[in-house]
Parts: sequence; structure tokens; C-alpha cells
Amino acid sequence: MGHPAFSVSHREQVAPMSFVFYVLAAVTLAGALAAVLLKNTVHCALALTVAFAGLALLYLELDAQFAGFAQILVYIGAVAILIVFAILLTKGSETPKDGVYSKNWLAGLAIAAGVFAVLGWAVLESARVLPGSGGTPTAAPAVTVLQIGNALMGRYVLPLEIVALLLTAALIGAVIVAMHEKEETR
Amino acid sequence: MTEALDQVFVLLSRWLVSFLPAGWRPAAGVALSVAAIVCLFPALFALTVLLERKGLGRMQNRIGPNRVGPLGILQPIADGIKSLTKEDIVPTSADGVVHFLAPVVLATAVFMGFAVLPMGRNMTLAKMDAGLLFYFAIGASTELSVFMAGWSSRNKYSLLGAMRAVAQMISYEVPLLMSSVAVVMIAGSLSLDRIVEAQNHYTWGLPHWYIFTPWGFAGFVLFAIAATAETNRSPFDLPEGESELVAGYFTEYSGFKFALFFLGEYLAMFSISGLGATLFLGGWSAPFSFLGWVPSWIWFFGKLLVSMCVFIWMRGTLPRLRQDQLMNFAWKFVLPLTMLNLMVAALWHFLGDGWARWAVCSAILAVSYVGMAWVGMRRMHFGARSYRYAE
Repeated sequence: MGHPAFSVSHREQVAPMSFVFYVLAAVTLAGALAAVLLKNTVHCALALTVAFAGLALLYLELDAQFAGFAQILVYIGAVAILIVFAILLTKGSETPKDGVYSKNWLAGLAIAAGVFAVLGWAVLESARVLPGSGGTPTAAPAVTVLQIGNALMGRYVLPLEIVALLLTAALIGAVIVAMHEKEETR
Repeated sequence: MTEALDQVFVLLSRWLVSFLPAGWRPAAGVALSVAAIVCLFPALFALTVLLERKGLGRMQNRIGPNRVGPLGILQPIADGIKSLTKEDIVPTSADGVVHFLAPVVLATAVFMGFAVLPMGRNMTLAKMDAGLLFYFAIGASTELSVFMAGWSSRNKYSLLGAMRAVAQMISYEVPLLMSSVAVVMIAGSLSLDRIVEAQNHYTWGLPHWYIFTPWGFAGFVLFAIAATAETNRSPFDLPEGESELVAGYFTEYSGFKFALFFLGEYLAMFSISGLGATLFLGGWSAPFSFLGWVPSWIWFFGKLLVSMCVFIWMRGTLPRLRQDQLMNFAWKFVLPLTMLNLMVAALWHFLGDGWARWAVCSAILAVSYVGMAWVGMRRMHFGARSYRYAE
């Protein structure tokens, strides 16, 4: 899925992070941790849905209404269902015989920590570099759906059309793959 | 006086809240409105269940329930007591946590949908700029609860019913959204309050409801079809078809959890009827300008109840669609017509005022509907109706 457009609310940079943020972050992290640590795959998918919901609520807390609702609509309403269907229609719902944890988890942990460090550094650096963060904090303009619509149809219409083409190609490809399988089984 | 009657609930809540200190008032106002919704819609649900059983009974040439109370009016109370006191049976191999959470998620998601519906002038619980988007986002979460219910029962019939239900709900969600997008395009806003206000004008006493325009009429029909399929209502109720799948995805639920599912299904019907009334039927606005003195909330709930009666009527009249007929219908008929409706709505907007746009838009929609139906029915040969009697 593309990156939803949202504006960082500048009040977050001068005030300490609020209680609501901590609660939502805890929910998101708990869901994400459960999604990797649980044994039953469908339980993992449902825990991932909780993580998606936590993310959507974080977007809403930042006043990015479109991003939050689109997250719920797309991720929880479609992607979660897709993941669950994929688990059910393949043999993924049976717990594998030699456990769910991989043998070289230490390497995985190191790589994940490295990626997180890079992302965290980028976010903190951008907070320093963006205008309005130095002296007096200016109120960030709320991004309304109207502005997003205008931007999509005006300045970003070419990326929109390319993404549409990509999605159409994926849809047609899925249908063709499924159709060939049906013909082979006859 | 009519103004006061129109705003009676708003004034009542303001008066009740004024007893509290000023800091508590916003939260108390919201809590009061939430309590009102949570009390009102289940009461409407009880009324609708009774209406449905009696109505279906009369349509099927029988009397509905008539033992409890005069004409069976107290039947919902008996049903409620039964649901609350029945034993809650959970299969041993069922997944306990998910089995418990599925009706909770459904009821929560459906109640949240009522927050953005404008039930009268100034009577929206949460005035959001992206109200319609909120409604559809929450509606998408109900599919997840259906799947949770079916999977956690560890019953192949439940799972089959759940898969069918989810496939059906996903297929019909696209026409549902796209027929609403035509309304958003013309009204220019995602906020349901502004959509109602855009329809609240009258020409020669007749309202500007969107259903009275060619694209609005087609859009309303498509929205109604998609709404019936979204709430798994007959003729799209194969997932809960009693003759095929026992009770589909809620086979293994008994007692209060079953009552919650039932409640959730009917509340989803209410909220989607409310949305249809808001988008196409003008929400709380009166049908004629000289009827403007009747309170706005009476019009909204009247339209809601008329939609429920149409749902019950359809259930008693139309035969059930098979799963593949249902899916064919969605992807090959309803979806292309919805996309065409979007373009016709845009054409309506750009042709400007006058009779030309009525003629052009109606012609395009009528020709395309007849054309698609003709193409779809080419392979069927319907002769004269023949009757076979048992000898």
C-alpha cells in the first residue's frame, strides 16, 4: 500500500507525548508482538489486525482523518481478510512440526534493530530539519480530504494513474493464474 | 413551537447536562447521546422483529406469533427473556477467546456506525468532515467478526457459511461504496450533515432529494441491492440459509451471543437504511415544503422504518440467490452499472441546468440497463409459463 499523507502535528514537538499516545502505542506494540509470538497462525493474523487498528488510531490522534479511516478501510477491511483467507486456503493454519521460531533468531533480531535504528535516526533528524520546528512552533495546517483530493487529481495525477495501472495488472494477473490452475486440474 | 419540537432532544440533553459543573458538560453530553442511541435502537430492533414475524406471516398466508399479549405484541419480551436465560453452549474444541469476541466486535462496530448518521436537525452524535468514510471503515470491520465467528466454531458448516458471507460482503462492498461516491461527487463533501443540507431545498414544493434525479434513482437502486447483500439479508442470505447450512456462521452460538449476532444484524440493517436515507432520500428533510412543520427526526425515523418494511417485504417475496448467481450478479451487473452511474452523475453536473440533462442521463441509464440485461439473458430461453400438477 502507498504511504498515506499525513502532517506531523507540531504541538507534539514542544509538549510531552500524551497519555493517549502511550496507550495507543502500547496497544499497537502488543498486537505486533502477539502477531509474531503466537503459535496459531489465525491468532497471529487477528493480533496483526489489532496492530493495524492501533496504527489507525494513532493517525486519528494526529488529526489525519483520511489516513486513519483509509487505514481501517484498507488494512482491516481488506488486507486482514486477505491474510486470513490465504491462511485458510493454504495449509498455513496447521502449526508446523518443528515449532514456529526460527533457529537463527539472533541474526534476525540484529537486522531488525539495525533497520529500526536507521528509521529512528531519519525521523529524529527530520524533526530537526523541517521548518517551524526551531523557534516558535507554528500550527500545522490540517490536511483535509479536499486537499488530498485536489493534490491527487492535480499535481500527483500521474502517480495515481500508474498505481491504478499496477493494480489492474495485478488483478488481471491473479485471474489468469487462477484460470490456468482450473484448466490444468480438468 | 414547531422549532422547539424539532429540537426537543437537543434542548432536553442541554437541560439535563446543565446540572453538572461546566468542566464535565461536553463529556456528559456525549455520554447522554450515546446512552440514547444504545437504548433507542435495540428498542427499534424489538419492534422490527415483531413486525417482521407478523409481516412475513401474513405474506406467507399464516398468522405470526399471537400467543404472547394481544396480537402477539409482547413477543419480543418473551424472546429477550429466552435469549438471556438460555444456556451458553461453547463447543469443547472451539477457540474460546475468538468465539467470545466475535459477537462483541460485531455489536461494537455496528453501534459505532450510528455516530455519524444525522438523525434530525443538529442531531448528529459526531460531526465529522469525513463522516461517510468513517461509516464505511467501520462497516468493513464487521466482515472480520463474521469470519471470526465462523472459524472459531471449528465446524465445517460454520466455516463454509463464514467464507461465503465474507466473499459476498467483500463483493458487494465495492458497489456500495461506488454508488455513494456519486452522491459525494455531486454534494461536494464527505460530511453526511452537508449532504443532507444539500438536499434540503425545494422547487415548486418538491424536494431536491437525489433519488429524484436519474443518477440518484439508479444509484439508490444499486445502493439498496448492495445494502441487502452487505447485511446478508434475503434474497442474499445464503450464508445463513436455514435450509442449507443450519444457521451458517452462527451455528455454534446459543443464548445471549446469538441474541447479540441477531441484534448486530438488524442494527446493521438500521444503520445502512439510515445511510441510504441520508444519501439519497434527503435524511431528515420533509418530502414537501408545506410539511416542514413536522419535526425532522420524525422524517428520518419514518424513512428508516419504511426501508425496514421494504427489507421485510423483499424477504417474504423473492427467492434466495445461489452463491454463484450472487457473485455473478455483483461483478458482472451491479459493478459495471455503478461505474456507469458515476460517469452519468459527472455528466449531470457538467451539462448544467435544464431539461437536456434529464433526457440525456435517463436515456444513457435506461439503454445501458436494458442492454446489459439483454446481453446477460441471451442464453436463457424463457417460453410460455407452464404448470405441472401432481397426478
